[in-house]
Amino acid sequence: MQRIGVFICWCGSNIAATVDVERVAEEIKREPGVVFSANYQYMCSENGQQLLKNAIKEYRLTGVVVGSCSPRMHEATFRKAAESAGLNPYMVEIANIREHCSWIHKDREEATKKALVLVRTAIAKVNLNAPLTAGESPVTKRALVIGGGIAGIQAALDIAEAGFAVDIVEKNPTIGGRMAQLDKTFPTLDCSACILTPKMVDCAQSDKIDILTYSEVEDVKGFVGNFKVKIRRKARYVDETKCTGCKLCMENCPSKKGLNEFNMNLNTRPAIYIPFAQAIPNVAVIDPEQCIKLKTGKCGLCQMKCTVGAIDYTMQDKFIERDYGAIVVATGFRPINIDHFNEYGYSENKDVITSLELERLMNAAGPTDGVLLRPSDGKHPKVITFVQCVGSRDLTDCGKPYCSKICCMYTAKHAMLIREKYPDTEVHVFYIDVRCPGKNYDEFYRRACEQYGVDYIKGMVGKIYNENGKLMVQGSNLIENEQVTIASDLVVLATAIEPEPSVRKIATLLTASIDTNNFLTEAHPKLKPVESPTAGVYLAGVCQGPKDIPETVSQASACAAKVIGLLAKDSLKTNPCVAQSDESMCNGCSQCANVCAYGAITYVDKEFRLGGGKTETRRVAYVNPAVCQGCGACTVTCPSGAMDLKGFASKQIMSEVEEICRA
Amino acid sequence: MNKTEEQIVKRAAELLDNKEVDKVIGWKKGEFCFDPSPAAFTSSDELKDFVYNDFCGANLSKYLVNECKSGGKIAVFLKPCDTYSFNELVKEHRVNKEKVKVIGVECHGKLDIEKIKSKGIAAVTGAEESGGKVAVTSLYGNAELDKNEVLLDKCLTCKGKKFAVADEIIVLNEMEETKNDRFSGVEALEKMSEEERFAFWKAELSKCIRCNACRNVCPACTCNKCVFDNNASGVATKAPADTFEEQMFHIIRAFHVAGRCTDCGECSRVCPQHIPLHLLNRKFIKDINRLYGEFQAGETDEGKNPLIEYRESDAEPSSAVNGEVRHA
Repeated sequence: MQRIGVFICWCGSNIAATVDVERVAEEIKREPGVVFSANYQYMCSENGQQLLKNAIKEYRLTGVVVGSCSPRMHEATFRKAAESAGLNPYMVEIANIREHCSWIHKDREEATKKALVLVRTAIAKVNLNAPLTAGESPVTKRALVIGGGIAGIQAALDIAEAGFAVDIVEKNPTIGGRMAQLDKTFPTLDCSACILTPKMVDCAQSDKIDILTYSEVEDVKGFVGNFKVKIRRKARYVDETKCTGCKLCMENCPSKKGLNEFNMNLNTRPAIYIPFAQAIPNVAVIDPEQCIKLKTGKCGLCQMKCTVGAIDYTMQDKFIERDYGAIVVATGFRPINIDHFNEYGYSENKDVITSLELERLMNAAGPTDGVLLRPSDGKHPKVITFVQCVGSRDLTDCGKPYCSKICCMYTAKHAMLIREKYPDTEVHVFYIDVRCPGKNYDEFYRRACEQYGVDYIKGMVGKIYNENGKLMVQGSNLIENEQVTIASDLVVLATAIEPEPSVRKIATLLTASIDTNNFLTEAHPKLKPVESPTAGVYLAGVCQGPKDIPETVSQASACAAKVIGLLAKDSLKTNPCVAQSDESMCNGCSQCANVCAYGAITYVDKEFRLGGGKTETRRVAYVNPAVCQGCGACTVTCPSGAMDLKGFASKQIMSEVEEICRA
Repeated sequence: MNKTEEQIVKRAAELLDNKEVDKVIGWKKGEFCFDPSPAAFTSSDELKDFVYNDFCGANLSKYLVNECKSGGKIAVFLKPCDTYSFNELVKEHRVNKEKVKVIGVECHGKLDIEKIKSKGIAAVTGAEESGGKVAVTSLYGNAELDKNEVLLDKCLTCKGKKFAVADEIIVLNEMEETKNDRFSGVEALEKMSEEERFAFWKAELSKCIRCNACRNVCPACTCNKCVFDNNASGVATKAPADTFEEQMFHIIRAFHVAGRCTDCGECSRVCPQHIPLHLLNRKFIKDINRLYGEFQAGETDEGKNPLIEYRESDAEPSSAVNGEVRHA
């Protein structure tokens, strides 16, 4: 029998206002095994912890139950306190009487009864607890950044600055990401490329950063401090070490009709290309779908023209495996597909464009050399209508329920820039709400309205149709309470953004959780905003939620700080709550290994005595405790119940359930 | 002796005499023609008791689990549907395929003696099917019955005549594919209201006498130590709260074999209380097909079943519960 001490925390009035803490402490004294019980205003305070430490020594406690907040808040606190008083930290259990009880109940009597049940449940578990000892695992002092946009670039630069090696894996042929496509950035209107490209160059020049472009993460094994990552280096058909970026190949390529992704498909590029002038690496790549040589075997012009012999049509995808201590996910976003928003006629009218397309049309390096010409006939648009919230804050199945956060600001930016450059242009903006919180943001939006005379119309657009060469934008003006139709030359849709779809695969590989909108979930929305729930995996940029460049950069630097903190350690304490197989019951059927996301389970042939001098050799599972993360998937898959989790054994869980059912 | 049996015995004798195998697993003559039982034969002399007739419904694959533990090579005779169980056992490392020679044998559906008896025919001395009819001989005379009326339930929903695995086959007459309506029984249950369905299972499972025959015959139930025999598991010795709770045994068992059950139908065949246990397993199979795409356990001896594999296209659990999602 354990000698259990119970400590009921008031949490100020958080618990005590709803739960009769004194009664709980008093009644729990009568439970078998409980030799000490107390209640205290703040168990997490120095005094509260001292109370716990003293009781452990004075009453020779072998187990501790703290009735308090969620174990996610203070389990570690109480475990450390217990350890310092000589008790194994894994003999401490938390009964969550705050989140699971006082915060969700109003009736004092009911809440008190429930608190008693929860504390008894924890006692039932402690009775079956056994001391556990954490092992140690070394830390590989190298970080992986997935995604080479501004988030990934910033995170990599900061990590490298601290002296640790970083690899950036980018699926496109160059780093730079979405920010490289932008013209100007709000609220200061500095040129996007001018502030981004120096950082790109820094990455390329850093001896700590290895940039792996045109590469994708294929497989991830291992755990915090010890990830093993398999990276696919897609065949570029150009030798990165030889290519000088002279562009002779691009000039000579006869297949020039490929859609230019960098310019949002607004113009074309050759089959062999460098995405943009400041691309890093400044190395060509061949689009195999478009290249005549790769498709038909005939051509080879670029190879003939290349002065350094960099072109190799036989190149194959290569796989490399590297070890990392930490991983930053910075996979970014894309605008949603709006083909199915029939009311806006995006797919029917060339002059209905998305905001990102407008960025390219306004950019000096874009398809029109920065002159705003509409795509259909190359004429200057005289009336431009912007539509905000296209697919954002949309509760139908078409769009996204969330606010994309950046559209109000960039629409104000576009409107302002157009009025500045082409003062004879009439600019209208349809909006639901204008949301511009942030330093100098609201001022920025007001400047668009007040100084630049942009016509903001509160209301949504119901229909856009073509009439006599004009785009008729039909919407409501809620302030004037009237229907309006604006004959426009160009319509710009502030399209919602969504996480880059490849993030789903990466989340699966990393066992990082993802929400219903495919955004990666942070470990805690307030207190752990850059950590994923998977240890050693950090989140930067829009993959975690919509955000603008300043926020992305802040988050990336925060990620870097976390990564540096991790990589600075030589070893990590491992979680002792790992799975263990009872070999006498194991069938060696492999089901556990099949569900293990960490590759922690292997099999060995082992000889067993059967009695009567007979032996039998059986295949049994072996769990590598350094690799196991204690997720428990194997324990529920095992048909014979041979697999169990230390600290969360089936027996412990069942005794908890029984205690709850007894109530 | 029928021609197929002749061939099988001849081949078995050859294998044993040539020392190609040390053991043959087949069916052994019982007291009557309709009660042959699985048996291991170690010499050609013993083969005089070997039988292969229309009552050899037993699936022999599970016997390999134990027989494989001793050294030596084993030949086993498997009907098409039995080969799926064999693959599943190989997949789970319960049977070492290197040690086994699988000989596929002809099958036109096996007969259910209970169904024949229910036709008022007693003291059956023989039965032979051909062309949709079954000629039954008994001490009291001969009779001809409709084959479909006296087939084992599992043969009425035959999985097909393909051998999922076979090193050699003994098929003298072409095996006709039968019409397969596997899920009509499950669909009928699905159509019931929750109360009706609960009443149905309560009535059926209450007949159970916990003889464990279903578990012992099931090729998916090969645990070294079954949770129901393991006092430490906490379920084996748990006192049932009511008479029905004890019958949760079947439901737990259905969960344990879900994704691994090949639908061989042995559980229902051996149940002395005639509980339609296969319906539980088949409900799982139907749901797996719906949620993850058509899947037949034992089709091959490698890979993962859908319940222990993650694919991005997998249905979300919530939508699966609500019955909304169908596999694309």
